[in-house]
Formats: sequence, C-alpha cells, structure tokens
Amino acid sequence: MYKEICAKYAPTKDNLIYILHEIQDSHPQHYISKDAVTAISEYLKVPENHIYGVLTFYSMYSTSPRGKNIIRLCESPPCYIKGSENILRKLKTILGVGVGETTKDGKFTLELCACLGVCGNAPVMMINEDVYGDLSEEKVEDIIEKVRGRS
Amino acid sequence: MKTLADLKKIREKAQEDMKLRGGNVRIKIVVGMGTSGIAMGAREVMKTFLEEIAARNLTDVLVTQTGEKGLSSMEPVVDLIEDGKTKVTYGNMNPDKVKKVVVEHIVNGRVVSDYVVATGN
Amino acid sequence: MSLKRIDLLICCGSGCVSAGALKIKERFHEVLKEHNLTTEVNIIETGCMGPCDYGPVMVIYPEGIFYKKVSVDDVAEIVSEHFVKGRPVNRLMLQEEEKTFQAQKDVPFYQKQVKVALENCGYINPESLDEYIATGGYEALGTILTEMKPQDVINVIKESGLRGRGGGGFPTHIKWQMVHDNKADQKYIICNGDEGDPGAFMDRSLLEGDPHRILEGMMIAAYAMGASNGFFYIRAEYPLAIKRIKMAIEQAKELGLMGNNVFGSGFNFDAEVRTGAGAFVCGEEMALIHSIEGMRGNPTPKPPYPAVQGLWGKPTVVNNVETFGNIATIIRKGAAWFASMGTEKSKGTKVFALTGDVRNTGLVEVPMGITLRELIFDVGGGMIGDHKFKAVQLGGPSGGCLTVDHLDTSVDYESLKERGAMMGSGGVIVMNDEKCMVNVAKFFMEFCVEESCGKCSPCRIGLKQMLEILERITDGKGREGDIEELQRLGESINKLSLCGLGQTAPNPVLSTIRYFREEYESHIRDHSCANKVCLDLMHFNIDKERCIGCSLCARKCPTTCISGSREEKYTIHQIDCVKCGNCFDVCPVKAIDKIPGMHPEIAANRAQIAKAAQHYDD
Ligand SMILES: Cc1cc2nc3c(=O)[nH]c(=O)nc-3n(C[C@H](O)[C@H](O)[C@H](O)COP(=O)(O)O)c2cc1C
Ligand code: SF4
Ligand code: SF4
Ligand code: SF4
Ligand code: FES
Ligand code: FES
Repeated sequence: MYKEICAKYAPTKDNLIYILHEIQDSHPQHYISKDAVTAISEYLKVPENHIYGVLTFYSMYSTSPRGKNIIRLCESPPCYIKGSENILRKLKTILGVGVGETTKDGKFTLELCACLGVCGNAPVMMINEDVYGDLSEEKVEDIIEKVRGRS
Repeated sequence: MKTLADLKKIREKAQEDMKLRGGNVRIKIVVGMGTSGIAMGAREVMKTFLEEIAARNLTDVLVTQTGEKGLSSMEPVVDLIEDGKTKVTYGNMNPDKVKKVVVEHIVNGRVVSDYVVATGN
Repeated sequence: MSLKRIDLLICCGSGCVSAGALKIKERFHEVLKEHNLTTEVNIIETGCMGPCDYGPVMVIYPEGIFYKKVSVDDVAEIVSEHFVKGRPVNRLMLQEEEKTFQAQKDVPFYQKQVKVALENCGYINPESLDEYIATGGYEALGTILTEMKPQDVINVIKESGLRGRGGGGFPTHIKWQMVHDNKADQKYIICNGDEGDPGAFMDRSLLEGDPHRILEGMMIAAYAMGASNGFFYIRAEYPLAIKRIKMAIEQAKELGLMGNNVFGSGFNFDAEVRTGAGAFVCGEEMALIHSIEGMRGNPTPKPPYPAVQGLWGKPTVVNNVETFGNIATIIRKGAAWFASMGTEKSKGTKVFALTGDVRNTGLVEVPMGITLRELIFDVGGGMIGDHKFKAVQLGGPSGGCLTVDHLDTSVDYESLKERGAMMGSGGVIVMNDEKCMVNVAKFFMEFCVEESCGKCSPCRIGLKQMLEILERITDGKGREGDIEELQRLGESINKLSLCGLGQTAPNPVLSTIRYFREEYESHIRDHSCANKVCLDLMHFNIDKERCIGCSLCARKCPTTCISGSREEKYTIHQIDCVKCGNCFDVCPVKAIDKIPGMHPEIAANRAQIAKAAQHYDD
C-alpha cells in the first residue's frame, strides 16, 4: 500500500511532505508506521533518519496509532479568551481521555493545536477536516454524538 | 484567449450574469407581491416579466418584488423605476398587459397610459 | 434563457461554515425546489463577508439585504416571505438600539471600511473565474503583459508605496527589484500562506474568498522579476484554501491566462501548491523554502537572502498573500490612487482579523492611519456586554499589547512599533477588564516555546527560562527580581536569536511589563491575581450569611473538600480545593465568591513545606 502511494509522486525529496500526508491520512489509524518510513526511504532514496527528522519536526505527523477521528481543539489565546478551557474539560469528560489519548473504542483521539484561523468564531475545534466554531459545552456534546454515530 | 479584447468579451458576458448584484441597471420593475397581489395573479405577472425580458435579452432590466402596496383594489400592481425619471405605477396587470408594457415602455420608452394608476411617489 | 431575479449570496467562509452555513445552503436548495423557484433564485457560495461573529450570514440581491445568525429553521420563512412575497424578514436583520439595518451597506460594521484586497471577498463566487473577470479581474495582467516592461511594473509598485503585509512591512518593490536585477536561468516566486499567528485569518479568507486575485498578483510579480515558476505554500490546516487555489490555477490554465505565451506576450508561467504540516516557524521565509525542498523547516542565517539564494539556490521572492492581493488593483487604479490612502510611510489599506472580547469579531479592511479606537469601537462595535476595554494585542505572539492610553494611536507600521506593539500580519486580539495580563503573556510564551524550532539556543533555552519564570509567578512562587530577570532575558533573546520567532517572542512579555507592571508586582508580592484568573492566586469562599445549607456544592466537589450541615452552613477546606469551580457554578443562591489572593491557610501551608524542604536540604 505504501509503495502505491509513493508511486503517485515523483521520487524527489520535495515530495516527502506530501507522501507523508497521504500515508498518514489513508491509514485507518492516522499515523506513519516504521514500515511506511522504510518504504518511503527506499522510494526516495533518502536515509530513514532524514525522514524521521522531517517527521518529528512537523506537529501534524504522528508515529503512533491514533483514533479514527482526530479532534484538534485550538488552544491559542483568542480561543482561550473565549473559554476553550471549559471546552477541553467537557471533551475530556465526554470522551474519558486526556490530551494525546485515544478512546478505548478507537473512535477518537483528543489533541490540542495552535490557531486554526477561525478565531472570529472562537472557541474552535477541528474533527478531521471539518471545523466547528462558536463551541459551547452543550454543542460539543451534540457534535461528538453525531460524529460517533457516523463512524 | 489571447488579447485584452478577448478578455473584455468574457467580462461583458460575465457582468451581465451578475447584474442582480448591482451595477448596470436601467429599469427596475417592482411587482407587488402582498397576499392580495398574489391572490390576483401577481406571480403570473412577475413570471411573464421574467420570461419576456429573458426572451428579448434585455440585460439592463431588473425584476424584483415588494410586499403590500396599499392599492389592493388595483392588484396586481407594478412599479417601473427608471433612472432619472418619475416612477410609473401600473395597475390591474395581467400577462397580456405585461407583454405590452415590455414592448412599449421598456423597449420603446413609451409609457402605456391606459394601464397607469399612479405616477411619482 | 435566464429567469433569475434573486442572487442569494451565502457566506461559506470557514467561520460561517463552522457555524453551520453548509446545512443552510442545503436547506435552501430543498425549499426552493418545493416552491418551484429554482429557476428564479441563484444560490451563490461566497468567501468571508467579514462579520464572522454574526455567522452564518447572507446577502440577498438585488436589494442587498443582510441576514445574520440564520438557522436551518429560518430558511422556509425567508423563501415564503422574502422570495415569494417580497417581504424581507426583519427579525433576521441586524438590530441595534431599536434600529434595524436592512441593507448590507448600512450595517455599521462596514462603515469605516475600505476594501481593496477584500474587494470581492464575500461578493463573488470564488470558484467562478467568470465572476472574478466580471469585477475587472486579469485586466491588470493583460495590461502589463501587453503594454508595460517589467521595470515599469516595479516602478508603479514603488510609487504606490506598498509594503509587505506579512509582518515585516518591507517595501515590496525593493525585493522585486533585487530579483529583477539578478541574472539567473531560473527564478521563483512564492506566496506565503502559512499564516500561523494565533488570531489571524486574513490570508485564509483571501485565499478562500478570492483566489484568482492572489494568483493574478503573483503572476504580475513574476513578470516584473522574471520568474516563470510559482509556489503557493499554504498550511495544511486550511484545506478549503488549498482546494480553491488549486481550482483557480486549473481554471486560469484552461482559459490560457496561465501557461505558455500568456496574452501573446511570450510570458510563460506555471504555479503549484505546497502545504505545510503544522509548524509555525515555516512562515519564516527561509524555513518555508526549506520546507518546500522537503526538509525540516529550520530557518537559516541571512544573508544570503532569498532574493540572491532562495529556493533550490535560485533568486526567489517570498510575498505574503495579502501583499499579492493588492497588486492587481494598484495596476488597474494607479499608484497615486493607492498612495492617496494611509499615512506618509504606510500607504493603502490593511486587512485585520478582530478577535477576543470585541462585539464584531471578524475580518475587516481599513485605511492605514485609522485610530485603534475607530478600529475597535466603530468597526468592531466595542466590547461585549458591560465590560471595559483593557488591552489589545497587535501582531500576535511577536507583537505587543497596548492600553486605553493608546486608543488614539494611528494604526501604521511606525506608530505601533514606537509604542512596543507591531502591525504584524493583522491579528487584533481585544481583551476586556476580566483578563489577567500576566496570564495572557504566559500564554503567548507557551505558544513560542512550543513552536521554537530549537535550532539556536537563545530561543530554545531562553524562552523556556522566561516561561518558567512566568509560570512560577502565576503559581504564586514569584520572587523579587523576577520582573527584571524577564526583561534581561527578553532583551538578550531579542538580540541573539537567529530568526524572527526568537527575536520577537519576548515582546508580549516586555510590553505587558511596560504597561501593566503593577499586575506583575501584585502577583509576585501579594500573591494575588486581581482578576481571579490565576488559580493559585485566588480562592473560593462560601459566605455563611447567604448559604442556605443545601449541600449541593459538597456533593459536586470532586475532592470532597466542602463540609458542613444545614445548621452550621458549609465551608471549604482550602488545602484540598483544586479550584475546579463546580461549587461556584452549582450554588443555587450564589453564596460562593471568587476572591483575589491566595488563601492565608494555603500560604501558611506552603511556607511550612518550604521550611521543611530547607531543613531536609541542610
Ligand atoms: C516565525 C515567523 C513566522 C512568519 N510567518 C509568516 C506567515 O505566516 N505569513 C507571512 O506572510 N509571513 C510570515 N513571516 C514573514 C516572512 O518571513 C516574510 O517576511 C514574508 O512572507 C514576506 O512577505 P511580505 O514582504 O509580502 O510581507 C514570518 C516570519 C517569522 C519570523
Ligand atoms: S530563533 Fe527560534 S525558531 Fe528561529 S531559528 Fe532560532 S530556535 Fe529556531
Ligand atoms: S472549587 Fe472545586 S475543588 Fe474547590 S471547593 Fe469548589 S468544588 Fe471543591
Ligand atoms: S450550594 Fe450554596 S447554598 Fe448550598 S451548601 Fe453550598 S454554598 Fe451553601
Ligand atoms: S485562536 Fe483558535 S482558531 Fe484562532
Ligand atoms: S466566514 Fe462568514 S462572515 Fe466571515
């Protein structure tokens, strides 16, 4: 599978970031495994430690398995000013996990992230590629229920 | 597309498609669509205006609607508002009368006085 | 044959989408079908209209009626009342002090705004090249390619006085000139869409709302400096912006506005999109270039400047999204027109993102030289609720905060810098009198520590030290001399760091010390946070006079540190309280108060522990 993804891109070093993105997105557990790194290293003909160097530099990549849905709650000041802390508390209670952890059923991973550029509607979180704004504790409950139902 | 003239052609066509958003409007047709207007056939009147205007490819005419106009004995009522001219109000309109107003007033600039029920504000 | 009589513009910028705009759009399609009106109404998805806080918002033409906070349930009424009967729905309009604002152009939020870069944002369908062309799009490109020499283009930009909108305010024409004068077989142009400043969403909105404008700006720049390849570097958190720019590139190619021999002029150009992967420092131009090359996004020392040795070693210009957003209009309307707006040294307009405790959060564009007061109180509508204005943070984590005393400051590069803040990319975070400035400064510092790439030690180690000091201050363990230590560290980090991140990271701390020193002092000396934000420096207290002894708080306390009885009333055992605030929230008679200052019992307890520890050390 990794080879097929690699083959979509020209074997040049500047495509590394795209290959990593696609491999991570297409993995059901949203992470980049050791095998994947080996496959990329062979394809691009760059050493594995270069790939790990890049991988660990960028915060969006994960080297350990994650849940089916990635929740990323914005923790930057404009969202904080509008009460992101309460939202975080609520998320932790509903999901029963801490930051960086995955729910037992494997459906959600809770993460914090920097500003998502939707601060006009703070507090904000992203679940996968969807942005949810103007969050309140009730709204969060609703959203999680809906996403849970979908997956 | 190779020249500025080609671009201008595309622009003119595109501007026409965006005319509702302001810009190049010569005449505005306002159809009274209150409850009694609708009961007396205002929707048909509006539709006929839209069809006639599209058929004649009149790009600088805008059709819009408004609520009750307080002229309920003369519904359907239509205002024609033209830049720099006094407003003309037509009453007791129907699709045939609409066709005539489009040809006479909008295309040829001659008010159809038989249907006029008021002028000015 | 078109029977359309209504243009329904639904804002589908990320703000409104996050508030549910897409569901509303779906509902309109359904209801229009039910009413047989699909031939009469155009549904158009636009980019951000500005007042995101009112979202989801929409504008209905030809009248230009503005609806805010529309919900799915309102759709049926809009269709049957407004579209069928011509009776706009008043309750969805903006109402302020018994006044109803029908038309978008009358809404106070728009009054002092002048839209140049945002001209089409929220007005056209960003996925339609035709609509962009209808507003005069690509005329500037066609004109320069057929009538002007590259040097003439640079001269126009020079006369306009345009300065980079990405933060530094560097004159745009100088960079272009440098690359223009550099002879090379290959030159590159890059659009910096990495926008990572917390509180900034100008570039996202532009890319999403008017992508062709940015593309046209980039092509004009490319022609001026002789580049034939361009890259849009857009952060991965902006999937819609990425999609829109990709689409714009495809459309432009299809029509022959991009590719070989554009406008028959011999100008060849191609562009592609590259994305980030979540690293703030990649907004720095050298880091960005390394990231495109497929490396870690570490900044490298300048010189060599990118204009000399940029992407793959070739002369490169990196410009911000909004900078490109101004170019086509300057060419079309002339340098003099642009230069007539703004101040002597800061020309034109600037897009800002208003966030925080201000009423109208959202995207605005105002002439340079407007005062902060106008920006926050007239455009922004002032503070939410009855709160007072306390401070405004300009320029994100690299900027500084200003206070009530600065409200009449002119918003331009120089005036802001003089007062310890900066224009930055345009984030304006407004704070009310409930905020603790030490806490806010700590938050920005946390951001910088997390985002430091670690390449140079002043930034990597120094910022962490500053954060530790801030943490101990807000934990009630601050010491005499901490303020001076922060200042000393800040100044040396500023001098010694390799890139702008480290150089500017101390600014929020330094500026809050400059203007709110007494808050730092009371945190350190009195162990008190006047606004009861820093949890170690405040406590909860049950007022026995008001307590009715219902025991609700005791039952909700996670550490069971509340005890008492109906007769005795209830008390908090301060030592075990974790300040979760549950008791405060649940008390039916509001008998619980938040009180500034560490509770004496805790202070005594801490002193004892400290003593014991010292004993142990000896
Ligand atoms: C840490 C850091 C982050 C930056 N982030 C951005 C950014 O997100 N967008 C941007 O346009 N410029 C950013 N810059 C500034 C760029 O290095 C560069 O000056 C800018 O893109 C030049 O464009 P301009 O001249 O059009 O403003 C950043 C600089 C630093 C030091
Ligand atoms: S100042 Fe900070 S972000 Fe910039 S190069 Fe040094 S360590 Fe990296
Ligand atoms: S703040 Fe929380 S821990 Fe403290 S007394 Fe109240 S409920 Fe208990
Ligand atoms: S909830 Fe309020 S009234 Fe009830 S015991 Fe606690 S402090 Fe007293
Ligand atoms: S600060 Fe949370 S989205 Fe910008
Ligand atoms: S996203 Fe709709 S107004 Fe900003």
